[in-house]
This record gives sequence, structure tokens and C-alpha cells, in this order.
Amino acid sequence: MAATGDPILKAEGIAKSFGAVRALRDARLTLHRGEIVALMGANGAGKSTFVKILTGALRHDGGEITLNGRPCRFASPAAARRAGLIPVYQEPALIPDLDVAMNLRLGGTPVEAFLARVRELGVDDLRLDDMIRALPLATLRILDIARALAAEPDVLLLDEVTAALPTDLVKRVLAAVRAEADRGRAIIYISHRFSEIADICDRATVLRDGAKVGDLAVEPGIEEEVVELMLGQKLDAATQVARAPVQAGTIGPPQLELRGLSVAGRVENVSFTLRAGEVLGVVGLEGQGQDELFDAIAGFRRPDAGQVLIDGAPVRLRDPADAIAAGITLVPGNRAEALAMIRSVRDNIALPGVARARNWGAIPMRAEAARVQAAVERLQIDTRAMGEVRRLSGGNQQKVTIGRWIAHGVRTLLLFDPTRGIDVRTKRQIYQLCRDLAAQGAAILYYTSELAEVEQACDRTIVIFGGRLVDEIPAGEADEAHLLRAAYGLTARDRETAAGAPA
Amino acid sequence: MSDASLQPDGPGRRALLWLRETPIIALIVLLVALVALLEYLSPGIVNERWIGNTVKFAIPLAMLAACQTLTMYTGGIDLSAAAVATITGFVMATLVPHFGQGWGIFIALVPAVLIGLLNGFGVAICRVHPLIMTLGSGLIGIGCLQVYQRYTIATGSEVAPVLEWLGTGRTRSVPNALFLFVPFAAFVFFVQNRTGFGRMLYAAGANERAARLSGLRPWQLYFALYVLVALIAGVTGLLYAGIIRTTSLSLADPLLLPSVAAAVIGGTSIFGGRGSYAGTIVGALILTVLGTLLTLLQMPEGARRIIFGGIILLVTAIYVRLTDNG
Amino acid sequence: MRRFLARHYWVTGLAVLFVLMLGLTRIIQPGFGISGLESVTRAALPYAFATAAMSITIIAGGIELSVASMMAVGGTLSAVLMAKWGVAGTVPALLVVMLAGAAMGAVNGVAVVLSRVPDIVVTLAMMYVWGGVALLILNGPGGTATPWLRELILGQVPLPGLRWLPQAALVMAVVIGGIWWSLRRSKLGLSIYAIGSDQTAAFRSGVAVGPTRVAAYAIGGMLAALGGLSLTLSTGVGEPIPGPYLMASVAAAVLGGVALTGGIGGILGPVIAVFILRLARLDLTLMSVDPNVTTIVEGTIMAVVVMIGGLVALREKRR
Repeated sequence: MAATGDPILKAEGIAKSFGAVRALRDARLTLHRGEIVALMGANGAGKSTFVKILTGALRHDGGEITLNGRPCRFASPAAARRAGLIPVYQEPALIPDLDVAMNLRLGGTPVEAFLARVRELGVDDLRLDDMIRALPLATLRILDIARALAAEPDVLLLDEVTAALPTDLVKRVLAAVRAEADRGRAIIYISHRFSEIADICDRATVLRDGAKVGDLAVEPGIEEEVVELMLGQKLDAATQVARAPVQAGTIGPPQLELRGLSVAGRVENVSFTLRAGEVLGVVGLEGQGQDELFDAIAGFRRPDAGQVLIDGAPVRLRDPADAIAAGITLVPGNRAEALAMIRSVRDNIALPGVARARNWGAIPMRAEAARVQAAVERLQIDTRAMGEVRRLSGGNQQKVTIGRWIAHGVRTLLLFDPTRGIDVRTKRQIYQLCRDLAAQGAAILYYTSELAEVEQACDRTIVIFGGRLVDEIPAGEADEAHLLRAAYGLTARDRETAAGAPA
Repeated sequence: MSDASLQPDGPGRRALLWLRETPIIALIVLLVALVALLEYLSPGIVNERWIGNTVKFAIPLAMLAACQTLTMYTGGIDLSAAAVATITGFVMATLVPHFGQGWGIFIALVPAVLIGLLNGFGVAICRVHPLIMTLGSGLIGIGCLQVYQRYTIATGSEVAPVLEWLGTGRTRSVPNALFLFVPFAAFVFFVQNRTGFGRMLYAAGANERAARLSGLRPWQLYFALYVLVALIAGVTGLLYAGIIRTTSLSLADPLLLPSVAAAVIGGTSIFGGRGSYAGTIVGALILTVLGTLLTLLQMPEGARRIIFGGIILLVTAIYVRLTDNG
Repeated sequence: MRRFLARHYWVTGLAVLFVLMLGLTRIIQPGFGISGLESVTRAALPYAFATAAMSITIIAGGIELSVASMMAVGGTLSAVLMAKWGVAGTVPALLVVMLAGAAMGAVNGVAVVLSRVPDIVVTLAMMYVWGGVALLILNGPGGTATPWLRELILGQVPLPGLRWLPQAALVMAVVIGGIWWSLRRSKLGLSIYAIGSDQTAAFRSGVAVGPTRVAAYAIGGMLAALGGLSLTLSTGVGEPIPGPYLMASVAAAVLGGVALTGGIGGILGPVIAVFILRLARLDLTLMSVDPNVTTIVEGTIMAVVVMIGGLVALREKRR
């Protein structure tokens, strides 16, 4: 059904700043009855901020939202809900320890309408006294969507609702969503999967750097255009690192090797080899299993299957301490996880030196001070505020987490998005540091959400999509456009098509 | 959260920050003010003898508060400390007539270590909340002591003379208890500031995940910690028995809540990662003086408990506010 | 039936264990009969109230360490009021005690919500505050209990066919069961489970998290005050020193299937657990074990229960 009449939801010129950071400058979205609009944007484009504003979880600084022709400013998620805009998130908002009927009563959902929706979505064996905790994730998604639909919203916002659903249920959900739109409901659809967008969406609105950069009708072959819109022209000369071309001689023997690693249903059968002196890039969209992959290598999660080998010998990583003993050290994506924020820079950098029980005795204070000082100097950490780490800027905090391992020796370093939210100068220092460490023989696994970094720092890049390795890209070809296509699983499909189908 | 950090620091906020970074100065001011108030209410009370007595009674409190301080660095607490102190003091007094001072004191510390091991097992391996675990182990310990008492009731008991000398004696008007306390305090300062163990206590309390990322196996730390504090509580019990010169089944009970209060008032965060034993010592002195003051005002026991409980709640709430906005 | 068992296997298991314990008691002491059951039930009454109060706060995602102190306040307050107002003022005294309990609980809850200090710390501090209040009400054992109210928990139900049932059990069923039943049917009850189970999901489902938490603590406080009242009724005097109800109630709640992580459990399981723990104590006494040893065994059972509960929670989290 084609869109008709006045738009039901219209957002214009939405702006939002967090302190000095402008997350949104000019976000726009128009939505008509009977229409499904895909909201798209690369990491950091401002998509999630925009969603939070639309659903009342955040207030916008500028711009206007009109729902049903009336200007709106939602004070809370509950207010947005009352106005007729209901979101469904990746994490189902159902209470695990209550049964289905109780959850419905809690939210005031009409039971009959709900059950009708559930059957329509293809879950036949649901009982109202089933406990939420006992139901599989796929069913919970369906229930969450059915609950939203039963409330007869004017606008439905679906945020990655098909992630981790089996294929048959994805098809059911997509069909139901399309049917809802055909009955005149308006839907905002957020997904990383182009195939789904091609299947059900009417239009795609693309965000980049906090502003709308495109609004196009969905038709075959739109992928390339969307990728270009998402990338824009952001060749930033300032971030170029002068680096010597990779020389075959500097790459050493295999140091870290994964064989068929599977973790908690999020990582499936991943194998790769990381050599001494090499920086191996990992790219993937959000939530494709990279978190679980890094956690498993660092000993925070136990894999369900597969092996981790260090220097060719299998190791069992039951605890982070095992991984550290094997020379594997992790710099996590969230700095709040890695740092004792209320302790000093010195305490934080010196931590690995005293963490093991055998080092719990008297600290050789002079040696420790010298060691910390060397790391601080090498990384140029600005320690004018030598007090608590949380008083440092984000960039300096990140340097402290890395400096901790510089001070205690690096063998296999796992960097998870180390440049997230830090300034350009520090980013450059981190790329350079990676190159230097690799030149000294360290092996580095480098996940980044900023694709442009790959060219700066990595020798080779692997791409993770839906928990699987889908591509491997050598340094020469790792430009941003290629990586983004790969991260959306597009190159893999190309290859399959090229290799598989004769047509 | 991130918005707050961008706001310029007003003078009031700066004063609060300063107060949090260096609570010790504010605490000393408070202590002096309390002493001045006491002197004002009852002129002539503050003299050399009074100071000696205050210090003497503040010492066991400060030592028991060391148990709370060290466990609080990791975000824990030790509510079995008073029970351990009581048990050690009691057992010591029953053993001394048979085994003499040295062995009597030494063997008396065995039950303390056992309770420490139990706490360590519960907290480190089973990950029971330290508060619940130590509350339970303290009750079990006192139960065991009651049984023990029935079998030793006829054998007589005697507090070791060396402990009485430590507890009640004075050398040139300086309480002898300081001969034990000064080295003890030095030991605690050394542990918290100059050893890897102390460093990890703070780190595990500030962010256990960060400590694990650096290679810590938290269970080892908690196990060692709870055994150590049980030993400290045991030594406190020995000294306290010397001060009181007799033992009972509830010897150190009145010290339990004040020991928690002393650590909290002294600026040790009950959430972990922050604090110093120096603050605790001043906190113990403040509470001892406050106790004198409340006695002087003829405050009933019930009101005292309300005041202590209120202080803990108020101070923690203030610390939460300060840490959130810092 | 199978479905019922699958969902309530823990409570069913406890009930079976309870019956087994009754049988065991009978074997140890062949004279154990109706009067024995009556005295066990009467002894269990304050524990049942304490456990109900503890369970509801744990289910709401908190914990109530001041339960024994609030019981002391309820006990002393009721003893003093009944002594002062006499037989005629008994019913108003009852109401005042219940209100005072709810108020104490509400103060705890408001302190938790407003101070943002963890429940465990707030209620630890309040444990001393309420203990102090009890001491201010009565400096030592004192006051009195109205006779007809005392008789309410004594003996058996004087109805044909129910002459085996202890009155105390009936009181327990009516008061605790009544409060629980109305709670389970109300939206408040659902909200309490919701905030304990998953606070974010509860918020997204439209639950007012703060007020719900305060309400849970208030109900807990009222149950605790009633527990104190029952203690006064069974001894005849008000006792200002808190009894050993804190550890016992945590252990009974955990043994009764209430998860320390919140959101899981009911009231029937913990109450049966109270009876099991009481019977265990009785059996030890009947076997002429030193009562102090009994205390140790009891304490150890409780500590082991809590430790196993901790291990189970740890395994859940790892999964």
C-alpha cells in the first residue's frame, strides 16, 4: 500500500548535544500511515540518539516533532507510549520471573488482542501461564512485538528485532510487520540487514554525522547508494599515519590461533591465526559477536566449542588470569570496565605488577615509579591531575589502560575499539603505538567500529557478521567502502554468488 | 553524569571535593570541637588522665575498626569481628592457667583463624554477601563458645598478666596499650600503602573487573583478607580482655557497631576502593569522645544506638552524593 | 499435575520433607502428637512473620536486615500499649502496632530510594536505629499482653473436625496468607516481583519503581511488627533486645525457594522452611543434644543454606 495523506510522524531539524559533543545536528524523518521507513546510519551517525529522542528516553535541544499533526515533546517513555508511539527493542522488555498473563496485566495489555497477534505471528503453543524465563529468546521477541501491536499504536518503532532470530521466524515477523503497514499502521524499522530492508521497507532515511543525508525509495540495487550515503566524503588527512609498508620479514610465527571457536550462540565456528609482529583488524557491525569473541579469548567467557592455541599449543582459558599468564591482555571497549576510576594513574598502571598473589608482598616503590613513569612518557599521558583516573580526559584514560600493559610487557594484545570517543591526536598516537609494538614483535588483535582506522593500523582484516567470519581483506584493499560492504555481509554474498551459482 | 563534569566547579563544590579527598583534616577539627564542647560542659574534665583513658579505650575500637576498614576497601564488611574478639579473649583466659601465657595466647588465636577461614570460604568461593556471611559465622562462633564455656566452667580462668599490663598499665602516664597499637597501626599503614596485597584490596573494591583484567584471582584476595582480619580481631580481643581484666560471653559486643561507624566516619567508603586507616583512627577517637559526651548528658542506651545508626546512614548517603557528582 | 509439579517442585519437595520430619519426630518421641504440633507451631509463629517480611523484601530485589529490630519495636510497643490501655484498648493497640510497623518499613524503603545507598547498608543502619527505639520504649522486659489475645494463639481450633489444628497455625494462615493472597492478586504484587526480577524491563513496562520498593518495605515492616506482637503474646511480656530472627529468616527464605537475586519465590515455601528448621531443632532437643550444640547445628544449617544459595546464584549469573 502506498503512503497517503499527511505524515503521521514528522521530525524536523532535531538537534542534541552531550556537553561539547554534537550527537545530532539536523535529523529528519517523515512517516506516513501504511508506510515502513528504514532508519539507517553507520556507527556514530546518531541513530541511537535519534531513536531515544523519538521514544521519549531523551529530550532534544532543537527541532520539532509532530505526531498526528500536533507538536510533541515526550517527557518519558510512558508519555510517548500514551501518545501512540511504541518501541520494541532488541532486549525484550518482559519480566523474566513472571508468567505471560502477569506481564500482560502489568502493562495493561488486552489479552484477547494479544493472543490474536501471537497466533498471527506464528506462535501456536503459547500458554498464558508460561514463565517468561523458560521461553526462548525468539518467542520473547514475538511476544514483545505482539504486546506492542495489541496496544494498537499509531507508530511502531522496531529496533533490531530480528537479531538472533531463526530464519523462519524472521520471515514470519517480516510478513506480520508488512501486513500491519498494509492495514495502515506506520512503522520505523531499524536493521543492519539489507535483505530485510529490501523485503519490507518502502523508504530508507540515512543519517550521517547527526544529520539526514538521504531519503530514497527502496528498490533493487539500493545497497551501493546507501553505503555511499553513509560514508560521505570523510577522508580526513589529519589521521593519516606515516607507516612503512608491511614487510613480509617482520611477520613472525603464529602466536594466537583460534580453531572453530563457538561462544554462547553469539560466535560460531570462528578460526583465524594471529602472527607475531602483525596487527589483525576485526570489523563488524554492532552486536555481531565481537564482544563475546574478545571476552572468550581474554578468559572472561568459556567457549562452548573450539580451541585457543598459543604458540601452537592449546591452552585452557578458564579465567582472565589464565589468559594473562599466557601473555594475552585485553583492553576492553568500555574504559569504565578497565580502570579503577577512583584510584590514581600510578595505581592503575602498576596494577598488573601486583595482581598475582606472588606479588602481594612489599612493592619495590622506586622500580614501580620508574616503570610507571616510562609508560607515562612513552604514551605522553597528560598527568597534570595526578589524582583519580576519572578526572582525566577520555583519551588519557585510554592511554592509561594501554599503558598498563606497555609497563608490564606486551605479547598478545587485544584492543577492543580503543579509539571510541577520543580525540584525533590521541587516535593517531594509538595507531602509531600499534605499529611500534608490532614492529617489536607483539601480536595485536584490533577491533574497531571506525572503519577508516583499519587502513591506518592494520595489516589484514577479518570481518565478523552474525557470529561468523565472513571475509578476510588484505591491507591493500581495506578501504572504507569495501569494509562497510563487507560488514553488512554484502561481499560474502557476492562471493557466494560468484562461486556458487552458475547464473 | 558527563554533563556534570563539564560544569565549572563552584566554591561550594570545590570545598566538598576537598573534604572528600582529605577527610582527615575535617575529622581532626571535629574531634577538637567535641573535646572543647566536653570541657565547656564539664570544666576541668580534660586532663592528662582523661586523655590517657580516652586513648586507652579508643585503641581496641580502632583495632576492631581496622577489620572493617580493610574489608570495606573491597566493598565488604566483617560483622563477626566482635564475636571473634570475644571468643579469643575468653579462650585465652581459660587456657592461661593450664598452658601459661605464651601458649595460651597462641592457641587462643586458632578459633579466630578458623572463623576467618569460614568467612573466606563463604565470601570468596560461594560469593555470599560478606555482611550475611560474617553475621552467620559470628553467630555460629558464639554458639560454639557457649558450648566451650560449659566444659571449662570449672577449670577457672585468668587473663594473662602480660595482657593486663598492656591493657591497664601506664609507663610515665602513657598507656601501655600504645606499645601494641603503634606497631599495629604501622603494620596496617604498610599493608595498605606499600604492599601489593593492599593495592589489590583498593583495586578490587574500586572495580573488580578491572582487577581481574590485570590478572587478579579475586577469591585468593578475599580468602587472605578474611583470615587476616579475623586474626586482627583475635588480637583485639586479647587486648580488650586485658583492659577489662575479665572475660564474658559478650566481651566485645559493644564494640561492633562503633567499629563500623569509626571506619565510615573516617572516610572509608562502604562501597570499596577508597579510604585510609588514618581516618579510622581519628574516627575511633571521635566516637570515644562522643561516648563520654553522651554519658555526660545521661543519654540512654537506646538513643545512643539511634545516633550511631543514624550517623552510618547519613555519612554513607553523603559519600554517595559526593562520589556521584565528582 | 505434572505441570504443577514442574512449576512448584521446590515447594512440593519442602512439603514432603516437612512430612518426613514429622514422621521422624514421631519415631524419636512416640508421644509427639497434637500438643507437640501445637507447641512447634506456636514457637514457629514469630519466625514465620519474620520470614514473610524478609521474603517480600528479597523478592522486591532488596533485603531487610532490620527485621529483628522492628520485631522488637512491635513487641515492646504492643506490650506497653496493652498494659496501658487495658483489655478495652487491645484492638486500637493492634492497629497502632500494625501502622507503626508499616511506618518503620516505609522509612527504610524511603531511605533506600532517596539515599541511593544499597539496601543492605541502609537496613544495617536501621537495624541499630530500630533497636534503639525498642530500648527507648522499654528498657528491659516489661508490659503485658491481653489474655484473650494470648489465648488466640494457644491450643487447638475449637471447631469440630479441626480439633487437631493449632490455633497459631490458623492465625498464621489468616494473617500471612491473607496479606499474601491479596498481594498476589493486586497489581502492586506483580510490580514487586517485576522490580526484583528486572528493573529496566519493569520501568519500560510502566512500573513506578521507587514507590513499589517503598510499598514492599512497608508491608515487610508491618509483618515484622506483627511478628513482634506474636512474640509478646507467647511470652506475655515485651522484650526490647532483638531475637535471633535475622539469620533465621534469611535462611528460611533461601531454603524456601526465594532467590537472593530477587524476583523469584513465594511465601508458602519459606513458611514450610520455617517449620522444617523448627522441627530440626525439636528433634535435636528430643535426642537430648546440648541446647547450645543445637544452636550451633542450626546456625551451621543456615550458613550452609545461604552458601548454597550463593553458589546457585553464581551459576545462574555465569549462564
